[in-house]
This record gives sequence, C-alpha cells and structure tokens, in this order.
Amino acid sequence: MSEEGDKADGPMARILGRLVESRWTLVASAAAVFVLAAIPEPGWLVAALAFAGVAVVAIAAPRRLMVGRSREATRDRKGPLDGIRYQDLAAAVPDPMILFDAHGVIVHVNPAAVVAFGPLAPGVALHLRFRAPEMHGLIEEVLADATTVRAIDYVERVPIERVFRVTAAAVGREGGLFALVFKDQSEARRIDRMRADFIANASHELRTPLASIAGFVETLRGPARNDTGAREHFLKIMQDQTGRMARLIDDLLSLSRLEMKPYVRTGTPLDVRGIVDSVVDSLGPLAAESGVTVERRMPDSPPFVSGDRDELFQVFENLLENAIKYGQSGGRVEIEIVAPPADGKDGVQVRFRDFGPGIAEEHIPRITERFYRVDVESSRSRKGTGLGLAIVKHILTRHGGWLDVHSRVGSGSTFIAHFPPPTGR
Amino acid sequence: MQSQHTMRAYDQELKFLATRIGAMGGHAERMVDEAVAALVHSDDGLAAKVIRDDEMLDASQREVDDKAIVIIAKRQPMAADLREIIGAIRISADLERVGDLGKNIAKRVGAISRERQPVSLFRGLQSLAELALTQLKEVLDAYASRSVEKIAFVRDRDDRIDAMYTSLFRELLTYMMEDPRNISACTHLLFCAKNIERIGDHATNIAETVYYIVTGEQMPPERSKEDKSHKVTLDAYEPAER
Repeated sequence: MSEEGDKADGPMARILGRLVESRWTLVASAAAVFVLAAIPEPGWLVAALAFAGVAVVAIAAPRRLMVGRSREATRDRKGPLDGIRYQDLAAAVPDPMILFDAHGVIVHVNPAAVVAFGPLAPGVALHLRFRAPEMHGLIEEVLADATTVRAIDYVERVPIERVFRVTAAAVGREGGLFALVFKDQSEARRIDRMRADFIANASHELRTPLASIAGFVETLRGPARNDTGAREHFLKIMQDQTGRMARLIDDLLSLSRLEMKPYVRTGTPLDVRGIVDSVVDSLGPLAAESGVTVERRMPDSPPFVSGDRDELFQVFENLLENAIKYGQSGGRVEIEIVAPPADGKDGVQVRFRDFGPGIAEEHIPRITERFYRVDVESSRSRKGTGLGLAIVKHILTRHGGWLDVHSRVGSGSTFIAHFPPPTGR
Repeated sequence: MQSQHTMRAYDQELKFLATRIGAMGGHAERMVDEAVAALVHSDDGLAAKVIRDDEMLDASQREVDDKAIVIIAKRQPMAADLREIIGAIRISADLERVGDLGKNIAKRVGAISRERQPVSLFRGLQSLAELALTQLKEVLDAYASRSVEKIAFVRDRDDRIDAMYTSLFRELLTYMMEDPRNISACTHLLFCAKNIERIGDHATNIAETVYYIVTGEQMPPERSKEDKSHKVTLDAYEPAER
C-alpha cells in the first residue's frame, strides 16, 4: 500500500510517514491508555470500551494527509493512460528507442530502432550490438546509478555513416528497466562532410578542364589569333570541356545530395518493371544514336522493391547508360529482371548485360570508387564523370542492396543490382 | 522476460565473457577505423592514440583466456555452453590480431606522411578498409544476435576484399614504377593494404566461429582463395592505369 515515493526516501522518512499516517489511531490509543490508567480498578468492560473507542477512531479517522489523498484519487480515477500497452507507447516514439534490463539485455525495441539497426531480438545483449567504447561507458554508468541521465555521440561508420545522440535513462524509479533513445544527427554531420568533400573533389576534378580551357584561350589570343580554322576547332574543344565541367558539377551535387539524405530503409513497394520501362524510354535516343538495341526480359509476377522511385530511376539510368556507352561495339544490351518467389530469402535482381569489350579483372573491384576510371581517355570521350557508379553504389547501399559486377575481357560485362528481400513483418 | 529470474553465477560468468568480447570488438573496429583515418589525414596524434589503444585489447584477450579456463575447470560446461566458451577464446584471439594489424597501420603513418601524398593514393585503401570494417561489423552483429543468416554473405565479401587487394597491389606497383621516389610510401601502403586484407580474413574466421557456436557444426568448407596478388607482375613500360 505504501506510495512509490516512500521507497526512495530512506527508512527515517518512511517511519515518519507511517507515524503521521496513523496519527489519529495513535492519539486514540494514548487516550485509552490514560483512561485505563486513571480508573483505579479497570474491569474487562472498561478495557473493552477503550479498545472499541480506538477501533472506532481507526475506522473513522482520515487515513491520509491531503497530499496522499489527492494522489490516491488520481490513481483510482480511470485516466487516458490506463491500459496502454508499452509497445504502443514505444512505437509512437519516432526516434529509435531500446528498452533494456539491469543486465544490459534488450527487452523491447520500437519499430524505429528496427529500421535503424535491423532486427534486434529481445534477449540480445546490448553490449554486443553496440560495441563502441563510449556506448559501453554509457550503459555501464546508467546501470550502476539509475539516477544518471547522460548523452553521448555514437557513430556507426558502415555501411552508411550515421551519427546519433544517444541518451540513456532509467524508466520509472523501480529500477530494472532502462531506455536508450537515439537522436539521428547524421544530417548535420553530413552537411559538414559534404562541404569539405565537395570542395576537395570539385577543385581537383575541375582543374583539368579549366586548365585546358585556359590554354586554348591563351592560344586564341596569341598565335592562333587570325587562324579561323584553328579557332573553330579550339572553340569546339572548349565547349566540350565546359560541358564536362557542368556534368561534373551535376554529378557531384547529386552525390552530395544523396549523402545528405537521411538513412531510411523503408519505402513504398515499387514495381521495378515500370521504372525500368521509363528508363529505357528516356535513354531511347542515346541507344538509337549509338546503334544499340535494348532488350528487356521481365518476369510475370510484379517484382516489388521498397524504396525511392527517383533514386531507383537514377540507378537504372546510370547502369543502362554505361551499358550503352561502353558496350556500344556489342550492338545490344539486355536487361533482365529476376524476381524470386515472394516468400523466399532472395531479393529482386536487375541485370544489365552488354556485349562490349568487357572490363579487366583488376579494375572490377574498384570501378565504384569515385573518379576511378578504367581508361581515362575513353571515359572522357564518352562524357563520363567518374561518378556514375559511385552514385549507383551509394543508392543501392541506402536501399540495403549491393552492386555485383561480372565481366570478362572480350565478351562483355554484366552489372547486377541486388535488392534485399522485403522485410517480413 | 528473461531478466525477471535471478541470474546464476554461472550465467553471469558466461555473460562476462560475452561482454568482454563486445568491448574488444568495439575497440578493434574503432582502432582500424582510426588507423585508416590517421593515414589518410596524416594525423600523427590519432596514430599514437591507436597504438596506445592496442594495450586494452591485449589485456582483454588475456583476461578472456584466464576467465574461460577458470570456467571450464570449475563448471565443466557441456554442449552449447562449452561451444560458447571455446568460441569466446577463439574470437578474442582474432580480435586481438585485428588490433595488432590496426596498430601496425598506425605505426606506418609517420613514414607515409613524411611527404605530402595525393588523395588518390588513399582512395583504394579507404574502400578496402570500408569493406573490411563492414565485414567485421556484420560478423560481430551476428555474434550479438546469434543469427547465422547473414554469415554466408561474409564469405562473398571476403572474396571482394581479396579482389580489391589484388587490384590495389597492381596500382601501387604502377606508382612505384612511374617514379622511384614513390617507392617508400607505396611499400608502406602495400603493407597497410595487406594488413586490411588480413583483417578481412580474421573477420571470416570469426564468422566461422559464430556459425559453430550457434549451430554446433563446422561451416561447410568452400573457401577458394581469391587473392591473386602473388601472381601480379607488371611489364616494365605498361602504360599507367589511371
């Protein structure tokens, strides 16, 4: 019956509280004792009467102080919080939240945490999943002293860099239950990073075309001032170079924007066939110009991938564009969508196969690096920026998928975009 | 809820081992990450920190060994518990090695950053490190959740690490041939790349141990080493690849 607050206040306060609570009974008993002492020869009847008096007071007296009464009243009234399940409450928290017990074992995770960290079954030790030394320190500290509320910065570097402000606190005063709440701060960090990266990359990559333009300008003002044939030729080259710089800036911006976006694995299920169709339509002119025919092989059942439509469009566009550009000599490009049975463990695959010269083995693992080019000259002449596959890789990673490249020199390349199976819930 | 019943001393001892492994894993991941960052940014202070941090891993590994042996002697564990303990010994040994490799990378920072190196030199190394770290994170997450579903991926990724390493090997050789002044930095970078590749191998070892702990069976052998760097040679005047 004692209030929850009593526990925390120590034994002295509790004794005092009890005394105050039963003050009327105490007064009545004291009176009874004095009455009995005052009467020279107390009989059984008097004793019984005195006891009856004490009992009446004990029944009739207000048991609680005002505070206690009002507290009890709130508890007895049916409030809006009655009968609420903790799961529903946790699910309403938009940030990842993990409840754990005094042994550091996970008791409950809310859906936001599942999105952020993947499935975390109750019973998993928190220390094992969050291994960063700061996290260990935080968990130890809050377990040792439940009154501490502390926050740290926690960084997950791979697969995509994310920064969280993590707060740990005890749930209620009972002890035994604690909560970790993760506030995603990645965006601020990414903006900083983006600025630095953008400047580094842009200054490095823009310098080459800029130097060439400067050189041509100098020639046009000097030795070639009156040479109309050379002027036309140089202006054409300068135009190409400015075009390249513009594309470079576009790609850099697009990559930076992607890196800034929050890491969200859920999305609406999309029918990949529709996206691939529109990509093929939009690249139709390029294919016709290059003399490449695009063949499509679609499954009968709709292949669903959950994600962002525009981003997936960009993935397929970049892959198809590459296949057309670099596989031009093969004359055709095959797109195949492989949809596994809906309940299987495999996800959807989209394959782009070209029949061009292929890629030498030593380059394959590295072609998704920024600005990595198998052959600088051929890439430049095909208007490549060195960022296309980096963008593809980034988007696929954001979707929980990955890019697989198979190629043999002389017989063409296959780029496969793998998507994770839809999470069974 | 599991927490409701009181934990027996035995459970607590097992839990201590697992917690220690978790802490070691966190430290090892951090060390590798920081060692590569120190390399890329020529940060001697960070490198020194990584070298200092290795002591914690060494101490923890000894502690895990001692504790595990005491538990085996005292409790005579069977089946799953025994696998758990043997697994802890093995994983802690692997993590300790990962720490050593990270430390070795950090030690080379001074030698490599003596002269300003172009960023492009580190790009390959960074993506190699990213692969290895993803690998390490995934196996340690698998150890945490005791799920072997993703373990098969780890092997795939190890093949990628090997392929990436071979490619880096080639690239660094090319730089050395272009300009003999690159040789000292590139040789150190070659060792760093090798270290990272070894970290991937240790992650694969841990994956196999986790598989064994969870299922009680050895992971089916299907390893074919893809590292072809022992075959890489460059002709004297092959044009630069980049």
